Amino acid sequence: MEISIHTEVPTTARIDEQTLSQPHKVSAQGVNVYYGDKQALKNINLDIASNMVTALIGPSGCGKSTFLRCLNRMNDVVDGCRVEGLITLDGEDIYGRGVDVVHLRARVGMVFQKPNPFPKSIYDNVAYGPRIHGLAADRGALDDMVLHSLERAGLIDEVRDRLDAPGTGLSGGQQQRLCIARAIAVEPEVILMDEPCSALDPIATAKIEELIDDLKQNFTIIMVTHSMQQAARVSQKTAFFHLGELVEQGDTTDIFTKPEDERTQAYVTGRIG
Amino acid sequence: MTDTLNKSVPSKSQRIQAGLAKRYRAEKRFRLYGIAAIAAPISFLAIMLVVIGSRGVGAFQQTYAQLSITFDEQYITDNDWQGIVKASLRETFPDVSARRDKKKLYKLMSSGAGFDLQAMYKIDPTLLGQTRTVWLPMSDDIDMLMKGKIDRALAEGDRRVSDKELVWIDHLIANDVIDLQFNTRFFTSGDSREPELAGIAGAFMGSILSLAVCFILSFPLGVMTAVYLEEFAPKNTWTYIIEVNINNLAAVPSIVFGLLGLAIFLNFFMLPRSAPLVGGMVLALMTLPTIIIASRAALRAVPPSIREAAYGMGASQVQTVLHHVLPLAMPGMLTGTIIGMAQALGESAPLLMIGMVAFIVDIPGNFTDPATALPIQIYLWADSPERAFSERTAAAILVLVGFLIMMNLIAVIVRKKFERRW
Ligand SMILES: Nc1ncnc2c1ncn2[C@@H]1O[C@H](COP(=O)(O)OP(=O)(O)OP(=O)(O)O)[C@@H](O)[C@H]1O
Ligand SMILES: [Mg+2]
Repeated sequence: MEISIHTEVPTTARIDEQTLSQPHKVSAQGVNVYYGDKQALKNINLDIASNMVTALIGPSGCGKSTFLRCLNRMNDVVDGCRVEGLITLDGEDIYGRGVDVVHLRARVGMVFQKPNPFPKSIYDNVAYGPRIHGLAADRGALDDMVLHSLERAGLIDEVRDRLDAPGTGLSGGQQQRLCIARAIAVEPEVILMDEPCSALDPIATAKIEELIDDLKQNFTIIMVTHSMQQAARVSQKTAFFHLGELVEQGDTTDIFTKPEDERTQAYVTGRIG
Repeated sequence: MTDTLNKSVPSKSQRIQAGLAKRYRAEKRFRLYGIAAIAAPISFLAIMLVVIGSRGVGAFQQTYAQLSITFDEQYITDNDWQGIVKASLRETFPDVSARRDKKKLYKLMSSGAGFDLQAMYKIDPTLLGQTRTVWLPMSDDIDMLMKGKIDRALAEGDRRVSDKELVWIDHLIANDVIDLQFNTRFFTSGDSREPELAGIAGAFMGSILSLAVCFILSFPLGVMTAVYLEEFAPKNTWTYIIEVNINNLAAVPSIVFGLLGLAIFLNFFMLPRSAPLVGGMVLALMTLPTIIIASRAALRAVPPSIREAAYGMGASQVQTVLHHVLPLAMPGMLTGTIIGMAQALGESAPLLMIGMVAFIVDIPGNFTDPATALPIQIYLWADSPERAFSERTAAAILVLVGFLIMMNLIAVIVRKKFERRW
């Protein structure tokens, strides 16, 4: 029944077929997040389908980043931050006992809003993940991983002859793609992206969007964006947050064309936010 | 109409212009203050260096006399090396016969002259029975005279060199057998009661050994403490109390650390007195807070985005610190360490308490030999009555300053190595 809705959009339909057969990749149930006494997220229930791009949209300060950071437990290192509720990855509680955050973050990678390459060479930046997780058997395998990741991130042509150059010496857009290459080098299952294009020009943005579109073949992508156009262009699912609440979620086309909630309607048409 | 308006009320751009002129003036003034502020300490420093330098350079030279020395078997078997020098002096001045005059004559030469001959003979025993012309050190009074620090015009009773001695010296000068030569002994020997024999090497080694102990103890401890407090410790009342106490320790007068060292290291643990080992331990207590505070500041200055990136990649906390935070903080930590070590180098009060103030002739060779340190040597010499020691005091200060500059240079080099600015 759900498939029939999407008959006009064949690509999405094909992926939906897949996801129907398997459970959700990531699922949040009744998630509350507090910074000290302040509640930043209120009772979030959200399922993320695998091999899709899910866009998180909403006005500034509504808790998108907070939610994203819950998914790989980056909030653990924030003083005074408390997470309640159940978040599962492949049905397993990521806040459960015996879950190692190091292992979790190897499965759930993250690309930050501001490009933050390590002050090391381009090669070392990408090789860092495989190194600390011991993924490469030898130097040759590591080289392959680095080159392959740079290629998938669409950066290889620009840096092929200067892999030893500092990663911080690249342009903003290149740095962001380097960070993406760094994240995908460990082959995570989920990639979290917090406004990955906020500091980029339209050309770099287009490249990264193209890249995200490619990456969803292999990864599940959750992406925060402030650009409605971007959300519409690259995502298949969209979740709208407002003042710490998850107001509406669903297929991107539905959210943008026939939102159920008034606030969603106002936001996507540019009246609030 | 607009014209009349413009005349009465200054236009916007005119106002900005007027404001700009004021701003430029203020900026210029500010820059002048800055230059003046820099000029003041630099000129003080220059004055200090010039004054001490002009006083101290004299000590780098020493008056030597060329004597014809016969390595007489008699004296050598008696082990009376100074006797050889005396015999040579009697030969050079045959008309000095009165006992008192002879005694005066012998005092022209330093008591170190005999040691020099002994050392020569040790190297080359074939000298036995031979005669050689040898340059030998003269006494400190003659040295002062030759350096123009004793005024010949004064009445005989008012100067340390008598008229007779002046005649002998003039005789040596006339024969061109008296000369100022580079004073190697100052850099190679330990302390001595005789100024012309006193050297800085003992104190220098004492300082190096103490600083080595200080560094080995305080750098790893300080860095580990800072890393733990900054990166791992929970932020609770206990860590807050520890933090406050560390900050307070940095302000504790250094002599207190000396007393602590005396009570604990010497009296309780029975460690040797006057040893660089204990000196270094006491200095380490003193430098630790400095290093901890500087290291924590350096750790805090590491951008949080780097930490997030590392955590986001799945690095553990230890990996994040070791791979990313520590390398970035290292230059700052080293700067703090060097500042601490420089303080330790100049510190004397705590060392006084643990007995590193003794008169020590031998150059310390290991960490438990009795030793003193550069600032204490400076103090001891400054306190000595002989005129020649004031020159040496200044020279020792120069050595200390040189040591400091060397340490800072090493710090700059090491820092450059670690500091990879991307
Ligand atoms: N470390 C923190 N400590 C305290 N409060 C925080 C912290 N981080 C976020 N908050 C608060 O939590 C709320 C949600 O913040 P969050 O960063 O998730 O917003 P956002 O939706 O990502 O906004 P933006 O679009 O501006 O990035 C905000 O009110 C913010 O002030
Ligand atoms: Mg955000």
